[in-house]
Amino acid sequence: MEKTETKQNVVILFAGDSGDGIQLIGAQFTNTNALFGNDVSTFPNFPAEIRAPQGTIPGVSGFQLHFGSVALFTPGDICDVLVVMNAAALKTDLKNLKKGGTIIVNTGGFGPQNLKLANYPVEVNPLLDHSLDQYRVIEIDVTKLTKKALEGSGLGTKEIDRSKNMFVLGFIYWMYNRSLANTIDFIERKFRTQPEFIESNIKILKAGYNYGDITETPMTRYEVKAAPMPKGTYRSITGNHATAMGLISAANKAGLTLFYGSYPITPASDILHELAKHKNFGVKTFQAEDEIAAVTSAIGAAFGGSLGVTASSGPGIALKTEAIGLALMLELPLVICNVQRGGPSTGLPTKTEQADLLQAVYGRNGEAPVPVIAAYSPSDCFYTVYEACRIAIEHMTPVFFLSDGFIANGSEPWQFPHAENLEKINVKYAHNELKEGEKFLPYKRNEKMTRPWAIPGTKGLEHRIGGLEKENETGNISYDPDNHEFMVKLRAARVEKIADFIPLQTIDQGKDKGKLLVIGWGSTYGAIKTAVREALAEEVEVSHIHIKYLNPLPKNIGAILENFEQILIPEMNNGQLIKIIREKFLVDAKGLNKIKGMPFTAGEIKRKISDIINVK
Amino acid sequence: MSSVEMDKMTAKELVTDQEVRWCPGCGDYSILKQVQTVIPELGLKRENIVFISGIGCSSRFPYYMETFGMHSIHGRATAIASGLKATRPDLSVWIVTGDGDSLSIGGNHLIHLLRRNFDVNILLFNNEIYGLTKGQYSPTSPEGLVTKSTPAGSLDHPFNPLALCMGADATFVARTMDRDPIHLRELLKRAHAHKGTSLLEIYQNCNVFNDGAFEVFTEKATKKVNTLFVAHDKPLVFGQNLEKGIILDGWTPRLVNVADHSINDLWIHDEKDRLKASILVRFFDDSKHTDALPRPFGVFYQENRNTYEDQMSAQVAEAIKSKGKGNLDELLSGRSTWKIS
Ligand code: SF4
Repeated sequence: MEKTETKQNVVILFAGDSGDGIQLIGAQFTNTNALFGNDVSTFPNFPAEIRAPQGTIPGVSGFQLHFGSVALFTPGDICDVLVVMNAAALKTDLKNLKKGGTIIVNTGGFGPQNLKLANYPVEVNPLLDHSLDQYRVIEIDVTKLTKKALEGSGLGTKEIDRSKNMFVLGFIYWMYNRSLANTIDFIERKFRTQPEFIESNIKILKAGYNYGDITETPMTRYEVKAAPMPKGTYRSITGNHATAMGLISAANKAGLTLFYGSYPITPASDILHELAKHKNFGVKTFQAEDEIAAVTSAIGAAFGGSLGVTASSGPGIALKTEAIGLALMLELPLVICNVQRGGPSTGLPTKTEQADLLQAVYGRNGEAPVPVIAAYSPSDCFYTVYEACRIAIEHMTPVFFLSDGFIANGSEPWQFPHAENLEKINVKYAHNELKEGEKFLPYKRNEKMTRPWAIPGTKGLEHRIGGLEKENETGNISYDPDNHEFMVKLRAARVEKIADFIPLQTIDQGKDKGKLLVIGWGSTYGAIKTAVREALAEEVEVSHIHIKYLNPLPKNIGAILENFEQILIPEMNNGQLIKIIREKFLVDAKGLNKIKGMPFTAGEIKRKISDIINVK
Repeated sequence: MSSVEMDKMTAKELVTDQEVRWCPGCGDYSILKQVQTVIPELGLKRENIVFISGIGCSSRFPYYMETFGMHSIHGRATAIASGLKATRPDLSVWIVTGDGDSLSIGGNHLIHLLRRNFDVNILLFNNEIYGLTKGQYSPTSPEGLVTKSTPAGSLDHPFNPLALCMGADATFVARTMDRDPIHLRELLKRAHAHKGTSLLEIYQNCNVFNDGAFEVFTEKATKKVNTLFVAHDKPLVFGQNLEKGIILDGWTPRLVNVADHSINDLWIHDEKDRLKASILVRFFDDSKHTDALPRPFGVFYQENRNTYEDQMSAQVAEAIKSKGKGNLDELLSGRSTWKIS
């Protein structure tokens, strides 16, 4: 017995033990929906430990997917469907399910031991005590059904148990009427060298799908139509992959070798993994002995004429600080990627935060200004890191690229560009154009206040650079007081000058004047956009700008601010951009701060917008 | 005349317009002079030479060399050089560092550079003191050294730098001194000739803060009885008239009178023998002890091992061979795409 209901959009959260393959089925369902034509937005939520004790609450891994027949900008505030593989997952994530939502339960994960590990009181089983009465519960003994389907397959108990995620995925495909083809293709590729797993995984996937057809419990199937996305060719992309591709593309378009020095750290390591796969682009990846060697090796590469890049997350960036100051003194191109996570210190490695903005803008000894730009979505990491490379090379400076755990691991459909349409990056190594008796001046500047990139191997341009204060033009060490003041101001002016070479700020939504301006930066884009869109639909006078160029700011920010009565700055920190905006423009901006290691929901921002507008 | 000879640079051309600012009498002067003397003999082009240093007295060195150069930050010259050499294998890269710079703040990068075996030359100026910061004890200072930061004597057990380097699987380990220009020049050439990381420790006198730290090895009166200059395939002999020798008794080195032994009994130096080199670098006795082993100088160990940069380039070449040169549009589209029309 089945009926089909149509839904505009669905938020589904897969939750289970970190060993249950939750991320894998989340990614598979995402790709299948994207291929089908839905808009999608995802939020993987990893446990802090790689393998926390099985079945416990710290071991719960989640993957939230928002898909629909309309444009989506966030992974969704609250879930329509919660899939739980065990009791700990239910305990952890029930709060994320809306009233009346659907829970798909693997009853095999609710034995006495599971309940105990999930900290349910003795004798309490949420499946039996009516505590879930306000939800629609679909109980399936996935563990048992998987075992049965693979009886006699020759696979061990462990391997069989590990296949149960495929059963769930198959069932979800049935529920949303999706084709298995994409996942079957994936399985065949993944287990190319272990054919026994191809057969078993496909078998279980199909068993899950067929379960929907044969079960006697009445079930509803759902139809989520394709979204009216702009015409074109799409792929699915995560922020870290987009970052890696942006770096390769920039090096390629600039005609430079990409050197990537890095030290493993969550959540930035995937950039290293991805880049290491693409050596046929001439990419040289270097897993250094520590964060300091990661950045300094990149500086060495830049001195030699390569595109030097390093990446890390907050704690690693802290270690790189002195070297970033050196790159600034040397005036060499260097891109520093910070995939931000919860801080301070080791903080919350697997959780997201935007708390390193002030570190990027100000966090060095001496007065050491560095350009800073931030990506706002997974696919935007591509364009933003590309732009970071352009600025670094064309302005001979270290540049900070900021991303965060949320967009680094989150994914979305991406109408990827053609290589030929990517903006050109101009590289000019210095040539020897000296006249007889003339000395080479390593710090002589052009109209961008940029010095020449004179790389070793260029006859006649031998020169020395260093971290000590220097005289302009000659680069000679100088302790002259007036010179130092001149150079400090010159280095600040160099960064300010970049404002002439970046786009003006545009208004994302709303009018260019009005009651309230919401200013965002980085990964809060989707939540702010959704909230402002809803508010605009209710005829609230609100507008949204999202600042990508955080240092220097676009030249017209001040003019935009003047046209609004109030300013709201939502940030996943305790207030950082707000300090910069207040300091630069002397405006009474209000903050909305969430510091929970979790992204904003659109609802949270919408409520704040309403509060401000209604008080007025 | 070959073009190399025609282009041949002179020592003078390696001198910069910068005033040299070491204290008068500092051992650094002699080292600078010998480096400027040797480099023109190496068949290099000046524009292909890079000197990289960290922080410390010795680290001013690049400013005095008319080549490409970088005076970087404390301890990191080794890591900077790694990135440079990884991307520019064509360059001749020289690292100038001191005992504080390379063994204290930069110790981590040093050992990792050695195990990776980039083809660079490290000139480690060891003066057993912090000079630039005005006289604190360093990681090579002897125990008990009284300095500004250790008025009651230093408690730190010192590093034996070359034993450390052997432990890090360095492929070229050698020692020389500022006061022996001939030996210094010879070892600079050997360091350059070695393909892989060459670690040359140079005993350098800091006459302001640690004067005479090595004088028993460098001064005429005591040099011969306290030092042992090793040469490949030659027996280990030393002393006023080379009357003393070393034999290896099992794995224990023993001092003997050459006269009492056949030359074949003596330890014959073999640069390729890692085990024996490890013992040799452990000749680290305090020369005040009567039965102290002499302090050895020369090339202790040399091994041919693939360099990091060559293997890195080979991986790139292999990837291009097997997958074809990277195509940006293929990268951007990835393996699975869909069309919305
Ligand atoms: S302090 Fe010592 S090492 Fe430094 S320059 Fe003076 S003598 Fe040389």
